[in-house]
Parts: sequence; C-alpha cells; structure tokens
Amino acid sequence: MRLVLEKRGERSHRMALLSPLIAIALTLITGGIIFALKGLNPFAALYVYFVEPLTTSWSIEQLFIKATPLALIGAGLGVSYLANVWNIGAEGQLTAGAILGSAIPVFFPEMQTLLTLLLMLGLGVIGGMVFAAIPAFLKNRFSANEILTSLMLVYVVQLILDWLVRGPWRDPKGYNFPKTISFSGWQTLPSFEVLPPSMGPLYVNLGAVLAVLVVVALAFMMGRTLKGFELRVQGVAPRAGRFAGFSREKTVWFCFLLSGGLAGLAGICEVMSTVGQLQPGISPGYGFTAIIVAFLGRLNPVGALVAAFALAISYLGGESAQVALGISDKTARVFQGILLFYILACDSLILYRLRITGLGGKVAEGRA
Amino acid sequence: MEYLLEALDVTKIFGTLKANDGVTLQVKPGEIHAFLGENGAGKSTLVKMIYGALQPTAGEFRWMGKTVTIASPAAARRLGIGMVFQHFSLFDALSVAENIALAMPGTFDMKKLSGRIARVSKEYGLPLEPTAIVADLSVGERQRIEIVRCLLQEPKLLIMDEPTAVLTPQEADQLFLTLARLAKEGCAVIYISHRLEEVKRLCHNATILRHGKVVANVDPTKETASSLAKLMVGGDIHVVRAARKDGKGDVRLKLDHLKLQADGPFAVELKNVTLDVKAGEVVAIAGVAGNGQSELFDAVSGERALAKDSMLVIDGKPMGHDGVNARRNAGAAFVPEERLGHGAVPGFRLSENVILTRHSSDQKLVKSGMVQKGGAAGVSERVIKEYDVRKGKPDPEARALSGGNLQKFVMGRELDRKPGVLVVNQPTWGVDAGASATIRQAIIDLARQGSAVLVISQDLDEIFEVADRIAVISRGQLSEAFPAGDLSAEKIGLLMAGSHEVREGHHAARA
Repeated sequence: MRLVLEKRGERSHRMALLSPLIAIALTLITGGIIFALKGLNPFAALYVYFVEPLTTSWSIEQLFIKATPLALIGAGLGVSYLANVWNIGAEGQLTAGAILGSAIPVFFPEMQTLLTLLLMLGLGVIGGMVFAAIPAFLKNRFSANEILTSLMLVYVVQLILDWLVRGPWRDPKGYNFPKTISFSGWQTLPSFEVLPPSMGPLYVNLGAVLAVLVVVALAFMMGRTLKGFELRVQGVAPRAGRFAGFSREKTVWFCFLLSGGLAGLAGICEVMSTVGQLQPGISPGYGFTAIIVAFLGRLNPVGALVAAFALAISYLGGESAQVALGISDKTARVFQGILLFYILACDSLILYRLRITGLGGKVAEGRA
Repeated sequence: MEYLLEALDVTKIFGTLKANDGVTLQVKPGEIHAFLGENGAGKSTLVKMIYGALQPTAGEFRWMGKTVTIASPAAARRLGIGMVFQHFSLFDALSVAENIALAMPGTFDMKKLSGRIARVSKEYGLPLEPTAIVADLSVGERQRIEIVRCLLQEPKLLIMDEPTAVLTPQEADQLFLTLARLAKEGCAVIYISHRLEEVKRLCHNATILRHGKVVANVDPTKETASSLAKLMVGGDIHVVRAARKDGKGDVRLKLDHLKLQADGPFAVELKNVTLDVKAGEVVAIAGVAGNGQSELFDAVSGERALAKDSMLVIDGKPMGHDGVNARRNAGAAFVPEERLGHGAVPGFRLSENVILTRHSSDQKLVKSGMVQKGGAAGVSERVIKEYDVRKGKPDPEARALSGGNLQKFVMGRELDRKPGVLVVNQPTWGVDAGASATIRQAIIDLARQGSAVLVISQDLDEIFEVADRIAVISRGQLSEAFPAGDLSAEKIGLLMAGSHEVREGHHAARA
C-alpha cells in the first residue's frame, strides 16, 4: 500500500479554506502530545493555552493589543507574498519605524500637541519604508535575494536600537537603564472604550483602529483595483505580467514600501502604547510571527486580521502557561513554528489530492 | 510471429476522461506506421503506454506474440522499444557523447562510445560530431542525437513524436531516408505527425484516432490529404480563403535595423532586422524554432525595450523606447506563442484575462484605477460568442480550456479591439484543425479590413495559407520578404538554413 499525491485538474477552493483549519487541528494534536510527553495533562494544558486567554475582559484587551501589530504587518506581508516578493525582514522594519518615530519625544520631549502624535506615526511609517527600501534596491539593482537581505538587516537594526538606547538616546534620569525617556500625553496612543464597564470594560487603542482601516483598504485594493490585479498577476504568472506591461521593478518597490511601512507603523504603535518608551526588545517577534499570520490568512488582508487573533492567543497562552504550568513561554514560539509547518504542508492539498493506492498494485502516474 | 507489437482493446481513463477507449493496434516488423489524430485524440496517451510511461486501465499489450506488462520506460528499452520525444531532453552544456553516455545503462568506455556514435551516425546518414557541445547545434542536429541515442540500443521499434515539426524541408528529407532505411532493416517505426503529405509519402499504414477511439486503419498511399483530414476531424474542414492583395497600402508596422542583445548564454541576438508590413497584408516570418522568433516577438511587442526609438515604427510614429501598453494604445495588438502563463494567466477567469492585455487601451475596463468587472465580463462574452470558444462553465479559469479554445479566446481578445497592427507568434501551435482554420481566416479577414498583420510561424503549410509575403529568420537575421507566390518550399528551406545570413565584416547583398 502506498500514499500518493495526485495532481488535481484545478485548484480546490474547498481545500484552500480547509487547509488552515486542518493545520490548526494538527498543531493542537501535536501540542497535546508534547505536553503529554512532558508529563502534563494535555487537555488541561491546551485549555490554559488556548481557551483561558478568552475568558476575562483583561485578557481579551490583551488579545487586541497583541493582534494589532500582527494584523498590520501580516496584511502587508500577505500582499507582498502574493506578488511573489519575499519580505522576511518585517521585524527589522518594525524596529526601524519605532526608532525613527521615537526621535520626536527624544529630541522634543516638551512638544505635546496632536501634531506630535501624527508626526510620530508618520515617521514610524517612513522609518519602516526607508529600511525596507534597502532590500528592494538590492533586489532591483543587483538581483540580490530579498529573503536573505531583508532577514539579515533585522539584526543590523536591532543592534542600532541597542546602541541608541544604551548611548545617545538614553534617559539621563533613567538610573542607567537602557531606555529612552518614558512617553506620555500626545506621545502615546489614545484609547477608546468599546464596551462600557458593566460589560467589560474593554478599551482598544488607536493602533487597533488603524489596523482595521488598513485591512479594509488593502482588501479593497486587492479585490477591486488595477493595482491589486497587477500584484496578483505578478505573483502567479510573471511572464504574463510583463506581457500586460506591468513592471517587476516597480512591484518590488511597491511591495517592500507597503509592507515595510506597515511594519514601521506597527513598531511605532507598540512603543507608543504597550511599551511606552524605546528600549531593547520592543517586540516579541511580531515581525516574524506575522509571516505565519500572512499564510494562515491565505495571503488575504481580511484573512490576516482573523489569523492575527489566532496567533495572538498563542502569545497570551504562552504567558499564562508560564504562570499556571511552569513551562517556558518560548513554547509559544514552538507552537507558532509547528503551525507554519502544518499550513505549508496542508497547502499542497490545494493542488494535489491524497490517494491510497491498492495493495502491491501498479501506481498510476498521471498525465505527464 | 506476424506482429511485432499489438495493443488489444486498450483503455486508459484519467479521472472521468477516457483518453483511450478500447484501442486496438497492430504493428508489423519493418513497417512505418502512422498515428493520426487531432490534439487530444489520444495519440500521446497510447504511445506513452507503449513506452511504459503510463499503465493501461484495461486491455493488454503483446510483444512478439507474448503478453507483456511494460512497467517503465527502462523496461520498454529492454524489450527493444525506443522513443524520440518532441521535446528533447539534452543538456546544453555537455557534448554529444556525454549526453548519450548519460542515457546508457551500466558502465561504458567514453572513447569506445564516441567511436560507436560516429559509426552509427554515419551509417544511418545522421552526421554527428561526438565532441560537439549541444548548445552550438541546430535543432535538427539535436534531434539526431536523440535518434542516435535510440539506435545505439538497437531497437526493434522506434516511436517518433512529430519529428519534422522542428526541421527544415531538407532536414526532413534526410530524416525520411534514415527512417526508410531502418524499416528496410526490419525495425518498425511508429510515426506521429500532423503533416498528412508527409505521412502519405513515408508511411505504410495509418491508424486514425478520434476522441480516444480508433476510427480507421488505412493505407495512406491510397488516400488523399483531404480524405485523411476528414477521417481525423470527422467532417469537412473549413477551407481558408485568402484573396491576395496587391500590397500597395501604407506601411503600418516598420522594423528598421532592429537590434537586440541576447539576454542569456543560449538566447539569440537579433541583427539588423528590417521589415515593412503594409495595410491590408499578412507578412509571415518562417524559420526553424529557436532562431530568434521569441526574441523578435519580445522586441516588437515592447516586452523588451529597444536601444533606438527609430527601430520600431507604428503608423509613422517611432516607438522603440515605448513599452507594450504604449504600443497597444497606438493600435497594435500582440499574441504570444505560449498561451498559458504568457498570453493568459492560467488560474484567472477568462473575464480577468481580458483585463490582462486591455487594461490600458480599453477605457471601459478600468475607471480611475478600479477594475470594471462588468465591462470585462461583457468583452469576454462577446469574444466567446464571436470566436466560438467552447467551455464547461460560464466564466472558467483559463487553464480549464483546451488548447484550441484558449487560443481562440486569446486571439479573439485582441481581434475584438480591431487593431491596426497585429503581431502573432505561432497562431495555431497545438491547435486542432477546425480551430486552426477559424483562427487563420480571422487573421486574413483582419488584414483585408486594412490592418497590417505579422505572423511568426514554424508551420510552412500555415504560412502558405495566410501569407502575402514571406520572410525567413535564421540565427537572428531576417531575410528580405518575398511575395508568397515566388517562393517554393525548397527556397524557404535554403533560407531557413541561413543562405541569406550576412557574415561578420561582410555587407554583401542578401539572398
């Protein structure tokens, strides 16, 4: 008996939707086995991990906070990957955005107007774009592989951040801690009450609102505009893209600037809300996790929004597992890795079907 | 033993499609046996089963009277079955002998092998230099490598899949001599071809397939080309009608000393290509595959920009620097050779594929950056109706269409614009006879309405059917365009082989 992958005639639309769900199920089963091997009750552990984060209003608020950067970055990366442009360095662009945006409070700590907020957000976007422009330029000018260049630049900008907060940008009154001054007032994101205290309370900050707006805008762009059409063509049939008169170079620029700008926006939103200052380690790897978000969300902006919540749960679950089960919160990263592995594996079911061939029988090889 | 190979009641099913339905075939030793049929009739499926690349769903094969299971191509070769595929599997960077050595089972002595190659190739009139690098060889020479590779294994049955599609008439003649000699020695040949005249000349027997079934087994020498065609198609074929024009219209497309660098080690450089295409005429460019046709298409369509603006002129306007959309907006339209992945996006619906080439020239399809799905669907339906595109669903993905129907759609999408200049590369490549006739007629009709049409094709029958004037391309150089009536197949053959080429440093008059 043999297991054979057989090519389908057309893409299976059913499988395109089912594949992430199968992947999630397989991830849970694998996770359960890992917990069991560690001597924990797998059901209790999975409950702590994936259900508990949804039970209190505080943790739901945290869910929004964690999902915001994931959705912002994941939506941009999804567009980029769909066009066959592989920006793997969102974590670096996030950091670059956070750094550039933070220049305002560092250099003008007294500036406290609406303009402060807008400038910081704007510079955050620009920071991400500028940093993403480097791999885009290298790709177009020298055909340098963007996967490698964008990834390696992450470590460069993280060291720049480290140097800044330990050196020139360090808070003089900060007891030598590696951090800038704490941001306050217009230097932080305003929050909005979405549910009254009787029902929650539930606050979300401006970043979450921006994320939703970005997702809607990108969904519109991909679904209705010529630009979206161009990006989709470039992704699946580059030769046809050239025949349609679409420029590959411009697409590389567009995708890097878009996804880099959104990563920068996510970065500045982080330091303007949760973190509240610039310091080493402003992100628990949102830029990398967003790659999984993009794929889990089928490279679709709205899908990315949904997937962002799924991955946000894994972050929160990791934190509560650390408290309740006494296991490292790094298990969250393990889960994320397993999930990506299964998504990519299950995606082969979209173009292929599994078939078990008969006992010792001849194998049909399909049409060449 | 009367028959060398017999296929008895063989059926092959792919999913719901019966590619072969109870096919019975008998091949005698020393016989050249033609397989005829339109695309999708099941010829390839049958030979792939004979060569062991596919297994039948039902039925059996007999080899020299004994029932056999041909489990793999290696098993087929052990029985004595060799196959020369339409697409060669050769390594460009290796020598002839190295390429052949790679296909030989077991260990071998390179020197001895080179000797054998030289001997066999000479014996059968297939001259080959064992140390030559494949990249430097013509397509005809590459095919010889494949044939010699089979002959070294001393086959009893040789399968040839459309061998003359890539040859000049002279090269084809040479091949026929070789095949006739093989047959005389007792080797059977299964010969797949679309070219009926060839089959009449060469083959002793012909099995005709239609929709996976054998519809006739005839002696081709006693048939006419049109009676064979009728058997293949199952009805009369529309005859393309082309009232010739006097060729006195305005020049609508002008190529003026067009040069283009090769963009890879095995690509072709275009040298001083000069040609005028006038309103009302069809000019065809003949040539053996790989002599700069695709480079020329890229240069004319604007997918690759030209060094000088004056190298390409559309309706009097120099457009060498302009991209493909600017040229479309100037009234030109283009249809590339490759339908899937170049002319159309395989996974996109037909209506979306309308947008692919018309987003810039058609105001109704894109308004302020937004795609008008309704407008695109309208165009798509119009094209489907006008050009009889047959499909299973209302708006299917491009890849779900058969080759002929997709080609009709891709052609129709451009013809629907009534372009002033149309450039088509291989308009009926891999398209069945019925659809070919429709497409060729549409090309001629467009020209007669005052457009200039440039057809690049490797099919001489097609060229003689549609062209008013014919030029030949070889190694990136284009000959003068001669009136079609003044050219014989022999003259074209000489041009294909490069008799008009200008040597380096020489500026002698062209042939």
